[in-house]
Amino acid sequence: MPVDPVVALVGDQADKQTYEAVYKRLGLDQPLPVQFGYYLRDIATGNFGTAITTGHPVIEDIQRVFPATLELATLALLAGVLLGVPLGVAAAVWQGRWPDHVVRLFGLVGYSIPHFWLGLIALVIFYANLRWIGGSGRVSLGLVDVVPNVTGMILVDAMLDRNWEVLRDALRHIVMPALILATTSMAYLSRMTRSFMLEQLGQEYVTTARIKGLSRFGVTLHAFRNIAVQLVTVVVLAYGGLLDGAVLTETVFGWPGFGQYLTSGLLAGDMNVVLTCTLLVGVIFVTLNLLSDVLYRTLDPRTR
Amino acid sequence: MSAAAPAAGWKAWLTAEVAQSATQARAQRLWFGWLKFLRNPLAVAGLAVILALGVVAIFAPWIASHDPMAQDLARRLQPPSAAHWFGTDQVGRDIYSRVVHGSRITLYIVFLVAIIVAPLGLLIGTVAGYAGGKVDAALMRLTDVFLAFPGLVLALAFVAALGPGLFNAVIAIALTNWPGFARLARAETLVVRSSDYVAASRIQGASPVRIVLRHIVPMCIPSVIVRTSLSMAGVILTAAGLGFLGLGAQPPSPEWGAMLSSGRRFLIDYWWMTTFPGLAIMLVSLAFNLLGDGLRDVLDPRSE
Repeated sequence: MPVDPVVALVGDQADKQTYEAVYKRLGLDQPLPVQFGYYLRDIATGNFGTAITTGHPVIEDIQRVFPATLELATLALLAGVLLGVPLGVAAAVWQGRWPDHVVRLFGLVGYSIPHFWLGLIALVIFYANLRWIGGSGRVSLGLVDVVPNVTGMILVDAMLDRNWEVLRDALRHIVMPALILATTSMAYLSRMTRSFMLEQLGQEYVTTARIKGLSRFGVTLHAFRNIAVQLVTVVVLAYGGLLDGAVLTETVFGWPGFGQYLTSGLLAGDMNVVLTCTLLVGVIFVTLNLLSDVLYRTLDPRTR
Repeated sequence: MSAAAPAAGWKAWLTAEVAQSATQARAQRLWFGWLKFLRNPLAVAGLAVILALGVVAIFAPWIASHDPMAQDLARRLQPPSAAHWFGTDQVGRDIYSRVVHGSRITLYIVFLVAIIVAPLGLLIGTVAGYAGGKVDAALMRLTDVFLAFPGLVLALAFVAALGPGLFNAVIAIALTNWPGFARLARAETLVVRSSDYVAASRIQGASPVRIVLRHIVPMCIPSVIVRTSLSMAGVILTAAGLGFLGLGAQPPSPEWGAMLSSGRRFLIDYWWMTTFPGLAIMLVSLAFNLLGDGLRDVLDPRSE
């Protein structure tokens, strides 16, 4: 893997003159602060350079690959919330009993398991042996580019085109990567839900409601309504964490998204790709954190 | 001298109701902490796995049944058997022996990251917390920059700049991990800096360096230990992820993530090539999580 950006462009067979010319054209003969200044200027004007691997401007490439990741991450978040939150509630309601232990153990394993390995195992079991899911990519080979590319998200495009065959095939392909990607957020959300619920269930209003004869289910509903705000902010944070997992999950499942684009850029020594992708992830991550803070301030009346 | 054990023996000395000296008091605290730790079977299991990892790493050449690098093309891709417990890989290397030797690399990563990250974060955090003002603001903005990116993506960017390889992966992981420790140490420092004993020592003329090193750092140690154990679980996963992407330890090396990556091409028909290194990663990561949770219950009673 070439780390020298000039070698990445001209190849290691190039003569010295070509090397020098490209070296100069990239501005590498300038002092570092000047180079950094040029870089900042380029970014401010929206010029992120060209990807060596594809020959397109990086920003165009990202526009092309990002919807695939967005689709995957959104589905993963959905799975994380739908599974993680009820598990956390159950653990809190039956604190210290077997559901609590099961959920805590599940959370610990979710944090400790290498997801790319879990993905590989899932491919062996559910794809190679059981044939329940599709293999690499977003759709089977025969269905690539069958529906017109409107949003870049294959599920949405298939629905817009009313092509149910593609939709079914795409679902078969996305379900496993989404579930694997969801394990971390599932573990995280169940843990947070559990501690939020425990805090509420220890409050006096819960005791009062219980004494007045409200069922366990009714009390849980009351308590759950009160953790909704905290939960929303945590879910937003979990969304950001999914970007991290997407890099490895996409590599395992051949998902043509942002993570795979970043990895292939890395392996090719394509610094424009690496820098732009990292910057983009940073911007998204910070925005989501900010959004989480803002949501907390606006939704929780006590912080006004 | 109460440091020597009295006639009643160590046990009585450790459990005496009134400690006769500071040494005895400290020893008693450790002893009771240890007893409390022993009551948590999961945490003890975690500690046992980590100790076992150490033993396996030290005695790897004796525990392994084969040379981890020895190729035997006649016996390649053999399933697990009495001769090769975990089977053999595509060039006939014994996977059990490679997993055993891989423990050395895992331990090397964990140890190196821990001794870089914990002291660095502790120092920066306590200085920022105690100094306050501009120093605090500057150091905390620095941690913000690092915390603005999800861990793996930032580590990838550092590896892109430093070049692939085991040592560079360690540096990249350390760079992404220290800000968490700095934040933690700063928070602890803010709690103790205004306490009376710190004021007393300042009035007696102790220098800021002495106050930070002798009176503040010791108060942060317990939570830093807990954090270190919990972080190592993530560090192992990130290191394995980098190895899997081909950016960490390089292929002939028996690093677990790199083994997974080479086993990936043979995934469908030769499951044992990916199964065993993945299990090893999960086991060690889980052990650090369990140990960290157990240590937190003992050392940091405030949380949960």
